[in-house]
Amino acid sequence: MSANGTGIGASVKRKEDQRFLTGRGRYTDDINLHRQLYGYILRSPVAHANIGGIDTSAAMAAPGVHAVYTGKDMEGVGGIPTGWLIHSKDGSPMVEPPHPALALGKVRYVGDCVAIIVADSMEQAKAAANLVDVDYQELPAVATIEAAEADGASQVFDEAPGNVCYDWEVGDKAATDAAFENADHVVSIDVVNQRIIPNAIEPRAAIANFDPGTDEYTLYTTSQNPHLVRLLLGAFVLGLPEHKLRIVAPDVGGGFGSKIPHYAEEAILTWTAGQLGRPVKWTCERLDAFKSDTHGRDHLSTASMALDADGTFLGLRVSTKANLGAYLSTFAPCVPTYLYGILFAGPYTTPAVYCEVKSFFTNTVPVDALRGAGRPEATYLLERLVDKAARELGMDRVEIRRQNFIREFPYQTPVALQYDQGDYDATLDLALGAADWDGFEARRAEAAARGKCRGIGISTFIEACGIAPSAVVGSLGARAGLYESGSVRVHPTGSVSVFTGTHSHGQGHETTFAQIVSDMLGVDFDLVDVVHGDSARIPFGMGTYGSRSLAVGGTAIYLAVEKVIEKGKKIAAHLLEASVEDIEFENGSFTVAGTDRSKSIGEVALTAYVPHNYPAGLEPGLEETAFYDPLNFTFPAGTHIVEVEVDPETGEVDLVAVTGSDDVGRIINPMIVAGQLHGGLAHGIGQALLEECVYQEDGQLETGSYMNYTMPRAADLPSFSINHNTTLCTHNPLGAKGVGEVGSIGVPPAVINAVIDALRPLGVDDMTMPATSQRVWQAIQDANG
Amino acid sequence: MQDFNYHAPTSMNEALDALRGAEGGKVIAGGQSLLPIMKLNLAMPSDLVSLAGVPGLADITDNGDSVEVGAMCTHAQVAGSDVVRGRIPALAHMADGIGDAQVRNAGTIGGSVAHNDPGADYPAACVALGATIVTDRREISSDDYFQGMFLTALEDDEVITAVRFPVPARAAYAKFANPASKYAVAGVMVADGPAGVRVAVTGASGDGVFRVAEMEAALGESFSADAVAGIAVSTDDMLSDTAAGPEYRAHLVTVMAKRAVEACA
Repeated sequence: MSANGTGIGASVKRKEDQRFLTGRGRYTDDINLHRQLYGYILRSPVAHANIGGIDTSAAMAAPGVHAVYTGKDMEGVGGIPTGWLIHSKDGSPMVEPPHPALALGKVRYVGDCVAIIVADSMEQAKAAANLVDVDYQELPAVATIEAAEADGASQVFDEAPGNVCYDWEVGDKAATDAAFENADHVVSIDVVNQRIIPNAIEPRAAIANFDPGTDEYTLYTTSQNPHLVRLLLGAFVLGLPEHKLRIVAPDVGGGFGSKIPHYAEEAILTWTAGQLGRPVKWTCERLDAFKSDTHGRDHLSTASMALDADGTFLGLRVSTKANLGAYLSTFAPCVPTYLYGILFAGPYTTPAVYCEVKSFFTNTVPVDALRGAGRPEATYLLERLVDKAARELGMDRVEIRRQNFIREFPYQTPVALQYDQGDYDATLDLALGAADWDGFEARRAEAAARGKCRGIGISTFIEACGIAPSAVVGSLGARAGLYESGSVRVHPTGSVSVFTGTHSHGQGHETTFAQIVSDMLGVDFDLVDVVHGDSARIPFGMGTYGSRSLAVGGTAIYLAVEKVIEKGKKIAAHLLEASVEDIEFENGSFTVAGTDRSKSIGEVALTAYVPHNYPAGLEPGLEETAFYDPLNFTFPAGTHIVEVEVDPETGEVDLVAVTGSDDVGRIINPMIVAGQLHGGLAHGIGQALLEECVYQEDGQLETGSYMNYTMPRAADLPSFSINHNTTLCTHNPLGAKGVGEVGSIGVPPAVINAVIDALRPLGVDDMTMPATSQRVWQAIQDANG
Repeated sequence: MQDFNYHAPTSMNEALDALRGAEGGKVIAGGQSLLPIMKLNLAMPSDLVSLAGVPGLADITDNGDSVEVGAMCTHAQVAGSDVVRGRIPALAHMADGIGDAQVRNAGTIGGSVAHNDPGADYPAACVALGATIVTDRREISSDDYFQGMFLTALEDDEVITAVRFPVPARAAYAKFANPASKYAVAGVMVADGPAGVRVAVTGASGDGVFRVAEMEAALGESFSADAVAGIAVSTDDMLSDTAAGPEYRAHLVTVMAKRAVEACA
C-alpha cells in the first residue's frame, strides 16, 4: 500500500459531504412515487390494555381515506421476529412471545402500533386517525425492572411468568466463588445504566410499493442493514422470496443502533402497499420517534471484585437485570448477554469472572442496540468498580489498573473472548501525558480558590468489535451469519464502482472505502465510487453496526481488489508476453519484474472489456466479489481521562477537559476517525451527564420530547484531545479494529469517576448517571445531611 | 395541525378587524410558542393574524427615562440593540439567553409577554423593572398584567404594540436554564429602579412570575448578595419536573437572586 494524498492514512475530505452540506442528499422522505398514498400509524396512548374492539367506520368515511387496517386485518401475516435465541442457565430457550406488527388483542407499550390509516395526504390520514375508536380496557403496567419483578406484578405476556425472558450466565461460577473465598479484599458496587433514547437526526421513514407487473415489492426504508430487513421481512413476516422483495436504504441520517431492527412499520407499509396496489409512504414525527424508535441500555447491576492484599484482581462477579421492553427487537436478546457479559475481563488479567443476566419484559418501548450495545454497560460497571477498589484499598487509581493489565497476547479471557493484540500501557501512558495527569492537583487547588470542586477521572477499557465470526455467533444463538460482501467493478475506461454490504449513515464509507480501493489499485480517488444500501445492487450484506464496517466490510473489499489484481496480472502477462509469475503490481502498473515493460490498470481494464488480444480461456470483464467472514472479534482499546468542575452551589457539572487515547487499529482516514471519536464521546458524555429516559409508573413516557430529554449540544462539550497509539489487528489484512463506538463505551465511567473525585472532599462517594445538576446538588445535601 | 385561515394585515386596524371577524382567531408574531402547540393540536385557532406586515411594531426607542421596545422586536434584536445595551444592559443580557439562536431570531417580546409561559424570561424582566405593557387601546402595568401561568390582562381581541421599560439605576438577570428546553428553571431579575428595589422570579412557580418581598426588603436595607443569601422561598408553590423538584428549585431561586445582585455591582 502506498500512502499518497488520497490513499490510506490521508485525511481526505468526505465525498458525501458535498451533497449533504448542499441539501442534495436523498433521504427516504425525499422519495416520492407516482400515485403514492400516505399512511399514518395510530399508536397506543396507554401502556397496557386489552383491545375490546376497534371501530374504524368513521375514519373510513373521512375525507381522502382509502383504507384503515388493524391487527385483525393482518392476522394471517407473520409476527416481527428477533434475530437471537438466548438460552437460560438451565438450558431452556428464552421466552419468545409473538410480536404482531399491528397489535392484536392487546397493546403493550405507549407507542405500540394499533392501526394504519391510509389517505391521499398525511394530514388527512392523521385527522382520520382521531376518528378511530379503540376500546382500551386498561391493565396495570410495569414500566421498570423493579415493577416487573415485584410479587404479583402485572404480566406483559402470559407465557413469561414473572416477566422473565431468560436467566443467562457466562463464566465459571465455581472458580469465581473460589477466588472470592481466597480474597483479602472484596469490593462491591451497585450501578444503574439508565435507559437512553437514540435520537438520530433523521426520523424513521418508509415508502413501500408493489408492482403487479413483476410481482415485486420495493421498500425504501431508513435502515442500517437493508439485506437484514429483506431477510426478516421477506422470510419471516410476509413470506416473500428474496427476488421479489427489494429493500433500499438510501441516504440515512444517523442510526446509532436504532435503525438496525426490522420494525413493525416496515411490515405494515409493505403489506398495505400490496393490499392497495399503490405506494404508501410513512414518515415518523419526532414525538412518535421518542416512543417507537428502540431505546438503549436500562440495566440494574450489582457486582463484586475479589482482590489480594496488593490489589491484584482475583475474581469478578456480576449480577445484572436488564429491561428488554415490550417485545424482542432484532438484536435485543444478545445485547445484555453476548455483547455484555463477555466484556468483563476488560483489559485486566482477572482470572475468574462470572456474570449472570436476567432479562425482563416491561410495558415500555423495546430496547435494542445503541452505540456500543452492551459494551458501554459492561465498561461502565467495571471501571466504576475498579475506581472504587482503588479507593477502598487506598491505592492509586492509575497504578491499580496498570498492575492488572494484560500484557501477553493472544490472551484468552475467562469469558470466551481471545484478544489478539493490544498495548494497554502505551495508550495509558499517552493519555496520562496528554491530560497532564500529574499536574492535576494544582488545577484542583486553583479551581477551589474560585469556589469550584475540580475532579479528574479515568477509564481504561477494551471493546469487542468487528462483529462477527459467523460460526462463533451462530453457536451463541445468532440466527444469521455476520460476514460481509464486497464487489469491485473496474469499468472499461478505468473508473471503479465498489459495492459494499455495509451501510453508511454518517460513517463516511463512500470516502474510506474509496481510499482503500484507490490506494490498492492506483486509480484516481475521484474515479472510485462506493455503492451501498440497495439489495438490488449489492450482492449481499449484513449492514453496519458493532464497529464492523471497516474490519469486516473493508476486508471484503480488500479481498475483492486482490482478486481484481490477480486477474489483471493474467491479462497484463498476456499483453506483455511474460509469465504471470513475473508480473508485479504497484501504483496502478503491472510490470514485468526487473524491466520497464508495463501496462497500466486502465489499459488492462480496457483489454478486459475489449478482448481482441486476450488470454485464452480467461473470462472477459474485470469485476470481482469477495465474502469475508472474520476470524475473530477485533479489540480496540484505550484510556479516557475527563476533568470536571462542579459548582457546589448549584450542582452543575462543567466538563472542562476530555482526553482520548485510543488504539483503533489501522486508520484509513484520520479526519473521519476523529469525527467518529468526537461523535462517540458526545454520545457517551450525553449519557453520563444529560440523557435519561423516564417512564411514569403507569407506563407513560415522561421524557417524550426535547422539552425534557436533554441531548448533548456543542456548548456542553469542550474541545477534545484525541490521541492514538496503534497496534494492528492480527487477523484481518487491513489491521483494522473499529472506532464508531469507542467514545460511548469508554468515556461515561471516566466522567462519573471525575464527578466523584470532585465531590469526595464534600463526602460524596457515589453518583448515578446522568449526573444532572439536581442529582449532584442532592448528593452534596445528603452528604452534609 | 388543523387548517386555519391566514391573515397578513398591513395596519393595526386591519389586524383588529381580522381578529374580531374570526371565530377563534389568534395573533401570531414569531410563532415560537404558538406553532409548537398548534402542531400538537393544543391550540386550534380558526384564524391566524400575522403582525409581520403591520408597520411601526419593531422599533426600539430611547425615551430618556425609559426604553420602549416594539412588540415585534425579536429577542436577538433586543440583545443586540445599542439602546438597550447602553441603557438597560440587564435586559439585553436576558434577551441574549432566551432559548437558542433560532428562537432568538424569530421569537418576539410581544409574543413572549402575550403567551406568559411560566418558564419564559421576559415576565421577570417586566415585573422587576416595572415595565408598562402598551396595547392597541391602553397601557397596563406589569403588576396588573401577569395573572398566572398563561394568563394575562389582555382582552381576546387586544394586541400588544410595545413594552416600555423604565431605566433602572442598576439591574441584572441570573438564570438557571433547563438543560433540555433552555426555559428558566429559576430566573431572577433584580432591579433597583424608579419603582424601588424589585426581585422578580420566573420559571420556578406554577403561578408564573412572582416577587420576593423579603428579598426586596433586605436589599432595600443593604444591596448586597449576602442580604439575600439566607432568604429561602417557600417550596409550596414551586414547579416540579424532571430537571428540578421543589426543594432544588427553591434553592436555585436564592442562588440566582444572589448572583443577580452580585452582577448588579
